[in-house]
Formats: sequence, C-alpha cells, structure tokens
Amino acid sequence: MAPCGRARLRVALRVPGAAAYLHHEHGGRGRVAYAASTEPIMSTSVVNEQIIEIVSDSGEGAQTAGQLFGTLAAKMGNGVWTVEIIPAEIEPPPRSKAGASGVRVRFGSRPMTNMGDEADLVVAFNEQVLYGRIDAGALRPGTVVLLDDKWAAHPEAAVRDAYRDGVEDLRARGYVVREVPMEAETLRLVDNARRGQNMWVVGLLCALYDRDLDVAKADVAGIFTRRRKGPEVIAQNHALLDAGYAWGREAFTERFRVPPMETRGDMVVMNGNAAVAMGAMAAGIELCAMYPITPATSASHYLGAAFHKAGGFVHQAEDEIAAVSFAIGASYAGKTAMTITSGPGMALKTEMIGLAVMTEVPLVIVDVQRGGPSTGLPTKVEQGDLLHALYAAPGDAPKVVMAASSIDECFHFMVTARSLAETFRTPVIVMTDANLATGQTAFPYPELDERWLSPPVDQTPWPAGVPPYAWDEATGLSPRPIPGQPGGMYVLTGLAHDERSRVAYEADINQRAAERRSRKLVALQESLRPPVVHGDDHGELLVVGWGSTRGAIEEAVDALRADGHRVSSIHLRFLSPLEPGLPEIFARFDRVMTVELNYSDPPDAPGSRRYAQLAWLLRAQTLVDVDCWSRIPGAPLPPGHIARALRERLSGTLPDTRRTARRGAR
Amino acid sequence: MMNDLARFWFDDAADAPRACTLEDYQGATPRWCPGCGDHAVLAALQRLCRDEQLPPEETVVVSGIGCSSRFPHYMKTYGFHGLHGRALPVAEGVRSRRPDLHLFVVTGDGDCCSIGAGHWIHAIRYNMRMVVMMFDNRIYGLTKMQTSPTTQAGYRSNTHPRGAWLEPIDPIQTTLGVTNVSFVAQTVDWNPVHVAATLTRAYHHPGLAFVRVLQRCPHYTGDVYEAAQRDPKRLLLLEHADGVPIDPAVAKLFPNRTAHDPHDLDAARRLAARDDEVLPVGLFYVNPAAQRYDAYTVEGLATPRNAKLAAVRGELDHYKV
Ligand SMILES: Cc1ncc(C[n+]2csc(CCOP(=O)(O)OP(=O)(O)O)c2C)c(N)n1
Ligand code: SF4
Ligand SMILES: [Mg+2]
Repeated sequence: MAPCGRARLRVALRVPGAAAYLHHEHGGRGRVAYAASTEPIMSTSVVNEQIIEIVSDSGEGAQTAGQLFGTLAAKMGNGVWTVEIIPAEIEPPPRSKAGASGVRVRFGSRPMTNMGDEADLVVAFNEQVLYGRIDAGALRPGTVVLLDDKWAAHPEAAVRDAYRDGVEDLRARGYVVREVPMEAETLRLVDNARRGQNMWVVGLLCALYDRDLDVAKADVAGIFTRRRKGPEVIAQNHALLDAGYAWGREAFTERFRVPPMETRGDMVVMNGNAAVAMGAMAAGIELCAMYPITPATSASHYLGAAFHKAGGFVHQAEDEIAAVSFAIGASYAGKTAMTITSGPGMALKTEMIGLAVMTEVPLVIVDVQRGGPSTGLPTKVEQGDLLHALYAAPGDAPKVVMAASSIDECFHFMVTARSLAETFRTPVIVMTDANLATGQTAFPYPELDERWLSPPVDQTPWPAGVPPYAWDEATGLSPRPIPGQPGGMYVLTGLAHDERSRVAYEADINQRAAERRSRKLVALQESLRPPVVHGDDHGELLVVGWGSTRGAIEEAVDALRADGHRVSSIHLRFLSPLEPGLPEIFARFDRVMTVELNYSDPPDAPGSRRYAQLAWLLRAQTLVDVDCWSRIPGAPLPPGHIARALRERLSGTLPDTRRTARRGAR
Repeated sequence: MMNDLARFWFDDAADAPRACTLEDYQGATPRWCPGCGDHAVLAALQRLCRDEQLPPEETVVVSGIGCSSRFPHYMKTYGFHGLHGRALPVAEGVRSRRPDLHLFVVTGDGDCCSIGAGHWIHAIRYNMRMVVMMFDNRIYGLTKMQTSPTTQAGYRSNTHPRGAWLEPIDPIQTTLGVTNVSFVAQTVDWNPVHVAATLTRAYHHPGLAFVRVLQRCPHYTGDVYEAAQRDPKRLLLLEHADGVPIDPAVAKLFPNRTAHDPHDLDAARRLAARDDEVLPVGLFYVNPAAQRYDAYTVEGLATPRNAKLAAVRGELDHYKV
C-alpha cells in the first residue's frame, strides 16, 4: 500500500527523438513508460496528493517557480503546503550539493498541514543539487526525476562525466530519471536560460498536473508587476510557460489530476511570517520595533510594505535590546506594540521582557525559532527556545507563552496575544519557527473585527484613590494608567514595588507582588479549555506536541492508528499557563511521550537523561513520567520518521517510560 | 467617565485651570547624598515645569539605572525608571507615538556612555524631541565607585585601585561627532541659574537636546570638579544671542567668557577638543532644522478605525485565492 494513501505516480514520458533513452523501466512506485509517438497526452489519472520539488543552484529561479506552482495549486482549490529549500551555504559553488535551492510543494485534495515524506517527483536543474536532496532524505526509490540534459554536452569533460556517472548512479539507486532538454528549449525563447528556465519548468509541470495555464499566467503577471517589470517581461514569461506546457503535452503520455478540496469558501495563501504580519495589523497593533534576524525578518518586510496603510509603523532599531525597549516605551505610553525576533534576539531581549513582566507592561513578542544555541542554524527550523521563553529572566517572571501550530494560527494568535497582553497586563510570547515562517499554505479568509483595532488612547481622568497596580486579590489583574491621564501619575519601576509603584524592599510586599503577578496565569488558565485529543481519548500511547509539528504528528498518529495501534495525540497551544486537564488526559494512556524538534538524550543515555523541552515542562507540572523523542535535523520532522519512532517506542525496541522510571528510582 | 465637554459644563469651578506650583512636581523625598549634584538638577527641572506650566500628567521622565536615574521617583509626573543603559530607546518608544507629551530623560555617564553607548549614538541620529540630561559624575555611583568611561586616566576607583588605564571618552566631542546631531550643551550642577537656563533652552529645542551636566559626587569623587568649582576661571561661558540665555548679572560671575556661534559645528568641535583644564559651559551646537525621526514615527496616528479595517482587508485580499 502506498504510504498515506497516496496514489502511485506513473509518469509516462514520450520524448521526441529520444529513442536512446527508451528502455529504462524501473519497478516500485514509479513505473514509467516511454512511447515513441508524438501524440498528445492520452490519459489522465486522478491522484489525491503529490509532493514535488524544484531544485537548482541558487539564483536560477527554482524558488520563484516553486512558490508559483504552490500558489497555483491553492488557486485551483488544492490543499497546499510549501517548504523552501535553502542552500546550506551563502555563496555555494555552482553544481554543488550544498547549493540546492528551491521549493517543495505538497498539494492534494485535502488541507495540507506539513511537508510530508519523500517526494513523488523532483525537477532538478543539475544532478549535483539532487544529491543534496538525497542526503536530506527527500527522495525514495521510484521518485521521478526530471533532469536538465544540458550537462551531457557540456564543453568540460569533467562535467560531462560527472553528469553521465550521476545519471547512471541515480538510476542504480532506483530513481526514475528522465532527461529533459530544459535549457535547450528555454534558449529557443530567451538568450539567458537563468532568466527563464524556471518558467519553462512551471509550464512543463502544468502539463503534467493538468493545471490551468490562465491562472498561472495571471499569477506570473502579478509577480512581475510587483517586481516593477514591464509588459514585455510578462509576455516573455507567458511565452515560456506556453512553451514548457506545449513540450509537456507532447512528451507526456499521461497526466495527473489532483482534484480540489471538497468545500472551500474564500481562502488566502501565505507563509507564517506574512500571517504574523497580517495578524498584527488585524489585531490593531500599531508599532513593530525589530532588528533584522533570520528567519523572523520577512515578517517586518511584509509589515514595512503595508503597515502604514493601517496606521502602523515599523521601527528598525539599532539592536534587539533597543527594539524591545522602544516597543515597551510605546506600550507604556498607551500604544499597542510588538517586537519580533529569533533565538539570539530573544537572548538579548531577556532583561527587558523581565522588566515588562515586573512592571506589567503589555507587549507582544514573536519568536520565530531557528536552530541554536548561538548562531546555530540560522535558516533552519528548531523548537529550541521553549524553556528560554518560559524561564529566561532573573527571578520569577511569569508571562504568557503561546505556540502557533499552523500558519493560520500565526495570524489568529496575534489577535489573541494582543488582547491577552492588554487584559492581563503582561508580555505575551508567540512562538513560531522557520518551518511556519517560510512554509506556505491556504487557509480560510480570516474574519476581521473593527473592535480589534486600537481605539484612541484613554486620556480621561484616572479615578481618585486607585493606585497604578490595584491588584485584584483573586486574579492579580489591575487597570493601567496611561501618560496623559490626569491624576494617574506614577513612576513605573523595575525595582520591587507595592500597589502604588513605590519602591519596596520589604519581604512581605515582595512576596505579595510576585504572587499577584503569578495569579494572572492562574486566572488565564481557568479561562482555557483542555486540549482536544486527536484519536481515542484513551489508549496505549499519547503523543504530546507543540508548535509546527502538529500536522506531521497527527499524520503519523493516523498512520499508526490505521495499522491498529492505540495511539492518540494532543497538541498544546498554551505553554504558559499550560492548558488545563493534562493530568486527567495523561491518566487515560499507558504511556505519554512528547515529539519535538529540539535536543534530548536518548532513553538509554548514561547519566541523568536530559529531556526534550516540553517533556521537562510536563514532567515538572504533572509528575507523570513523560518520555520524549526529539531530533534536531534542521528540517521539519517528516510524518514517516515520527511514525517509525513511535513504532519503535511501542514495540519496546527502546526502553519504555515505566522501565526507565523504575531504573531511575533505584 | 465624563468627556471633556461634560466636565467643563457641569464642574467648571472644580476644573478651572489652576496654576501649577512647585509642589505639583515634587514626588518622593530625594534620597541622594547631601551635596550630591543631582539635587540641584531636580530642583531646576521642577522649576522649569512650573515656569512652563507643563501639566504633570502630560510630562514623562524616563531614566535608566544609577543614582541619577532615581530622578523620576522624585518628580510627581509620569515616570519610567527602567533598566541600566536603556533609557534612550524607551524614551524613543514613548515619543514615537506620543508627540503630545513633554519628555525628559535622565541618564548617567555609565548608563549613557558605557552600557547604553550604542543607543546614545543612535538617539542622537534619530533626533526625536526630548531633553536628555546626562549626569556626568565620572564614576559609577550607585554600584559604589567603579571606573566609568568618563573617569580620568590615573583616577583610582574600586575596579582600578592603581588608577584607570585609559583616557576617558569625551561625551561632548562624541555627541558632536554623530550625524544629525542637533543640540549639545554643557552645564555645571553648582551653578543653578546656568542649569535652569540650559534646561529651558533645551526644552524649547525641537529635537533631541543633549545636556551634559557636570555633576558632583561628594561621596565618591568629591575631588573631580573641586578645582572647577572653586576657581570660576576654570569655566568658560559660551555667549551668543541664540545660546543659553544668561542674565548679564549672572554672566558677570564668569570671569572667563567667549563668544561662540552655536550654529558653527566646526567651531563647536574645536571648542570641545580644547585640551586644557578649562570647561566650556553653554550651548556648543544647535541646529533646529535637523531631520527628526519622530516626524516619521507618528505616521498614521490619526487613521480612523474603519480606514484601518479597510486597509487590513485590502492587504489580505492580495493573498486571496
Ligand atoms: C544590566 C546591568 N548591569 C549592571 C548593573 C549594575 N549597575 C547599576 S547602576 C550602574 C552604574 C551606574 O553608573 P552611572 O550610570 O554613571 O550612574 P550614577 O550612579 O553614577 O548616577 C551599574 C553598573 C545593572 N543594574 N544592570
Ligand atoms: S553616591 Fe554620589 S552620585 Fe550617588 S547620590 Fe551619593 S553623591 Fe550622588
Ligand atoms: Mg555616574
């Protein structure tokens, strides 16, 4: 059975005049047939899901092509998830493994929540970048490879040989390699194939996947208009699309239709950073102070282009400390403010976030996580900042921490975060990551509400006798005076203080003030609902996740359940306070483990085992012996890997939680 | 709560504008050491507020951490006593969306020239309207006498008991060296009239007014400004019609005076670079036409909600499929 119920891809290529290549037949999932005739495509097969990749050296346009193809899929009503393939080096040499640049597009007849496992088809501009993808585990035997054949006639013998050897080796590995004259065909229309081959390839894929070329053309026009290009450039790119399409119609004997999702209203397609930016605007945030850092920066690019239209301003500060200070200053003065960064920036902002906790200044902080520690893996995904977000601060600094598990949540959580920040007079950290930031998906057009947008700052007189921190005994909540309010004058201070914001070093006042700040989290927790269990509400194993891994975890859980395993999962959006009801849910499962994209020691590691970050938290908060499986591949966890890990854990190949616990108790 | 109109209508006797007195600006009792130069500047700022009749609720004093940075607690306005070194970016954030507030910043030589030095350079360039008072006692006071970037070479402190190794940074020269600098003045805490006149001049400057206050710290560095305080010839009064306005009677107390055109940046830099024992006081440089970042940060402030909503929808529509 095909993994995840996906139909097998049969690409039947009919290459005019390519008799020499006709006899490669490969088994497995990618049965491929050539036909010598030049008749147009004869048959259409329906498949409900495809994973394709377009990879090239950087600068050859595979990224644009992939994003275009992804948007096109969304426009045609498919569920879509795209992942950027980013070169491992900044200036990789051409034709190198490290240089693979491009996009993966997973599209199908249902909403897509993650990047999936190995690709069904890869378009590669040279064979070396393909090896980069093979190393990344992106291909399986049977994956169809459409490879530019120009290297066969390269003036340098070394390149020709590398190409020949490569093709042979790729076939030996079981990939279905089809050499396609991409550059040669592109050069019929343009002088420089680097400026056009990508469009020709999109045309080719449109033929293979029965895409609506007019929709593609409208998109291309949009892309080039945004890049301030004239009608000639657009016309040329349209011609390239047509040419690729026509070539494909000739060459392929079969095409594949991926039907649209069943129900859909208005949808939007964007990546997580755009969603954060749009969410910030919809939430009525009017100031974003930031310092550029991958992978958070592009959110401020989106804001920079649009924020002013909604009355907002982006401040690029001199550093992260200045950025968060600036945002806090604006918030203190009554304006809704945010800052956005990634791990190293979080480290720099830590002291100021502590001040915001201590002085109860509302603030939204977005942490787009990347690999750490230190500069780590700047462009790659990791869920390594959870404990930092929760606990990094001198002293006790309770704050709200939320994690978006999908791109639409990147949008909606901004609205939630802003309102929580103000209601609870606290910083709210919204965690996303490089996977959400750069992946694109389609989600329902969000409903907007004028009430979310910031009203004018309250400048009415402050009620007499009310101190600036009139903490409610039970909830810790208090109203906040804003400069300009007559009678509300107070001095905000990061020193220990009483209700009147007077510096107070007395033991009982310090204890009480800390308690009031802590109470706010209790009050918020009481207003939350317990997480919904994916699968049965009891069973052998409960998987707990947070953040961008949700789609992959649930897909893995579904695969195991289809095989009869009694596995379920929950996914946490609130990490501080934790969602309620966890001990009760955990009690209904034999074993509980987290799956995370961060470092943990294996269960049989010597010494005191260091757990994955959510596992630490859950163990401390529930006293349940929560196990974990976590990895730091610098890439999203494919559902197949998670499923394999869960199977191993279930079959007891690795020590189970209870045995570990008994051993630890000795 | 009532709106403005209602208050005027029903309660005008109670709400009739009342002149603010000094007490209206006096907060907690200052806890600085007796003889500390900070007292004089506090009194001068309170007087400025009274003379200008600044509504206390529209006045904000932002500071960092240090002895001097306790300043906001002693005012009865809004205050922000934040983190060591971060007064300037906080104040910029306040200013960014609140052009209506009267904004003062208090920072020390450690706060501004050491831990906050990056912010200092950029604040000068941003030139957002605020009065920045840099209290230069040439030592870390609060943390008990460690070397600061303005401590003289050879001066002994707890961190350099054998004397500071390096020549100090010169805050005036440094500030004058920053692109888009718009106002640089220097005053001495022991001449209250000059402090008051300098702050008033700074308050009316449309941009960031950087005022270095040579501040005595009798507790740790009582000797540092002793000679300058005792011998008025050690001060050089800068005189100009557009400078710090000094009553001629007071000016007479400065035996050492010079005409200095504060619009001349090169002259200001030369003056700052004098390497003798004489301390110029007054306005080194002013350029009221310097570009102001707060002219940009207020963008969109008045956007009505329905226009904002339409804009958000318009942006989302770009992503619609
Ligand atoms: C991040 C941080 N580092 C160090 C300190 C300790 N600290 C507080 S005030 C200060 C120096 C104060 O010197 P200055 O700014 O000159 O102010 P003064 O006390 O002299 O007025 C230091 C080092 C701190 N509060 N925070
Ligand atoms: S230690 Fe120095 S600066 Fe601090 S209060 Fe005392 S005299 Fe003033
Ligand atoms: Mg000092």
